[in-house]
Amino acid sequence: MNGYLHLWLIPLMPFAGFLINGILGRRLPKWLVTAVALLAPLAAFCMVLQISLGLNANPIAIAHLPFVETCPLPWINIAALHVDFSFVLDQLSLVMLLVVTGVGFLIHVYSVGYMKNDEGYARYFSYLNLFLFFMTVLVLAGNALVMFVGWEGVGLASYLLIGFWFQKKSAADAGKKAFIVNRIGDVGFLIAMFLLVANFGTLTFTEIATKLGQDPGWSGGVVTVIGLCLLLGAAGKSAQLPLYIWLPDAMEGPTPVSALIHAATMVTAGVYMVARTHVLFDHSPFALSVVAIVGAATAIFAATIALVQNDIKRVLAYSTISQLGYMFLGCGVAAYSAAIFHLVTHAFFKALLFLAAGSVIHAIGGEQDLRKMGGLRKKLPVTFAVTTVGVLAIAGIPPFAGFFSKDAILYAAFSQGTNGKILYSVGLITALLTAFYMCRLWYLTFMGESRSPEIHPHESPWSMRGPLVILALLSICGGWIKYFGFPEFLAPVLGTQEGVSAGQHLELILSIVAVAVALLGWLLAYLFYQKNPALPARLAAAMPGGYKLLVNKYFVDEFYGVMVVKPLRGISKFFLGWVVDFGILGGTAWLLGAFVTFAGAILQRWQSGNLRSYAAWLAAGAAAVLLFPLFQSLMFPFIHHMYIIRWGH
Amino acid sequence: MNSLLAQLPQEVPLSWYLLLSAILFSLGVVGFHIKRNLITVFMSIELMLNGVNLSFVTFAQQWHAVKGQIFVFFVMMVAAAEAAVGLAIIIAVFRARATLAVDRIDLMKL
Repeated sequence: MNGYLHLWLIPLMPFAGFLINGILGRRLPKWLVTAVALLAPLAAFCMVLQISLGLNANPIAIAHLPFVETCPLPWINIAALHVDFSFVLDQLSLVMLLVVTGVGFLIHVYSVGYMKNDEGYARYFSYLNLFLFFMTVLVLAGNALVMFVGWEGVGLASYLLIGFWFQKKSAADAGKKAFIVNRIGDVGFLIAMFLLVANFGTLTFTEIATKLGQDPGWSGGVVTVIGLCLLLGAAGKSAQLPLYIWLPDAMEGPTPVSALIHAATMVTAGVYMVARTHVLFDHSPFALSVVAIVGAATAIFAATIALVQNDIKRVLAYSTISQLGYMFLGCGVAAYSAAIFHLVTHAFFKALLFLAAGSVIHAIGGEQDLRKMGGLRKKLPVTFAVTTVGVLAIAGIPPFAGFFSKDAILYAAFSQGTNGKILYSVGLITALLTAFYMCRLWYLTFMGESRSPEIHPHESPWSMRGPLVILALLSICGGWIKYFGFPEFLAPVLGTQEGVSAGQHLELILSIVAVAVALLGWLLAYLFYQKNPALPARLAAAMPGGYKLLVNKYFVDEFYGVMVVKPLRGISKFFLGWVVDFGILGGTAWLLGAFVTFAGAILQRWQSGNLRSYAAWLAAGAAAVLLFPLFQSLMFPFIHHMYIIRWGH
Repeated sequence: MNSLLAQLPQEVPLSWYLLLSAILFSLGVVGFHIKRNLITVFMSIELMLNGVNLSFVTFAQQWHAVKGQIFVFFVMMVAAAEAAVGLAIIIAVFRARATLAVDRIDLMKL
């Protein structure tokens, strides 16, 4: 790699789009807004594509990765701490950049059709561009602090877009919820950064890796704490247990936003961060196993909730949480490249599913309830076809993308010893549930007869169908990159997986098991929702407790409401509101005011308006000034005497 | 008679001038405080100024420094200007309130 790649241009393009549409958008004609909004991510994507094609043609350049580009001006330079604004390009960030800008661009195109008649058209696109800016900063970050800038920025963009229709109270509340829950995770990230600075004296990822590599003494202890803090941050951003609660509510935003931010890119930032800092986790088996457990628990937990949800977007939201759990599971068994692989394929098929859901919602006039859909396959042939691809991909049917990546994670978990077997079985059950609830969604939406005959659905415009078709193609072929050296490509950054030499036979058997499980899930969904539609209701009636638990999402929101929100509100109202705000702050201000009023009431008698009284005071003052030296000279002998005693002469 | 004259100092001593100056100044201060008529009060100020002027020239003569003399010119000039402004104010006050008693003119407050 000779010379500069000008990596900073990649985030700059969307940022320019944000500025133009954000400041001038209201006054610009709509076609210009659209052009700016689409060109910004397209330009970024073309740059990334050009870089990757250049790398592809030049194996020596790949060997010289990571390529670090640092701003010539230092950012923070305090004593031992030195932080630069640096971007790093390596195999990992390149893959992420391709996904972020590529899928991002497709979703921008889709949004043109989806948001066509919205009043906040320019505002929407400026936020979307802002999101891409921060996301590319996050991905390119060469040190934890730059990553944190992007991290907070995507959180901001997410907040703005969830609450995009802020006139709706539920949307505004959902935005706030996402923002506040993410703060909890950010505390973890911040503490991890403090600990990194305190123990390693640097925040640069490569330097941390070097220091860890030099001294084998780094293990457990501090590294575990750092790892757990990072995991807390990642759990907040990637909606893992126990901080996943914001993601289902985030579906209040426009559907393309759910596809881009809350499925394909932003929520995977946590996985990316764990992969980026994987050296730390490698030195702390405990933290790593916590990652795996959190991932597996989240995967199955969210999958069970998704079984009974009736809102099409909420099903997809819980499915996203579950799939993110898969990725954490992959990270937790040190199969980082498998996790990133699943991240990529998931970005394709989940963006596809969300956009297809958006297309359905768009077609039937904003209805999101699965119970009111049905029989849409004839009316929306394109949407039906691409959703089928997405469902097959997420269910893990070969040769669709999800099969390969899910298989890679399950295989890595299986080859991890006894604990790995448990994780594997959890993953397998999750796969069964995933296949079931996705096929349920598919049957309820497209199969059978329409349950709302009064609606006349219409297929979406081409600006929406185009991205759907491209994403469908990616969801079919995305998994094949495994056979084009994808794990080997990532190996220089993420390392090769341990214990993956178990043999071809085992891998084949596990694949067959996974496919069988997926087909079983499909079969169950067929029985429940196509063959015998009365069955689900009977089952729910047979197990009222379990059903109620699932429909109410294990009452986690209610639990947090009682355990966290209410006490916090109480403390805020009583302690912060009454004691601190009213008592201390208000009291101080009141006392100051009262003192001044009181003093003024006394002193104002001086200002009688009587000239002679003023003159008298003036004379008295003059006399005092004159008499003061006299008084001093009277005192002088005594003072002088004191000095003599003190100084002894 | 001659002997009495001989007892007197050959020239007026410094302290006499200063004493006169102090008397003039004190008369001014007292007049300023006890007189009611605004014009008299104003004249008392002039008296104080001239008391100070006298001590200025006295010290200038004593120390052979011309600065004191120059200062007196400044004071006289300012006093003249002040008289012009002050008398104008007094006339305006009299027109407005039909009185010159300082006790009655007590609106100089908020």
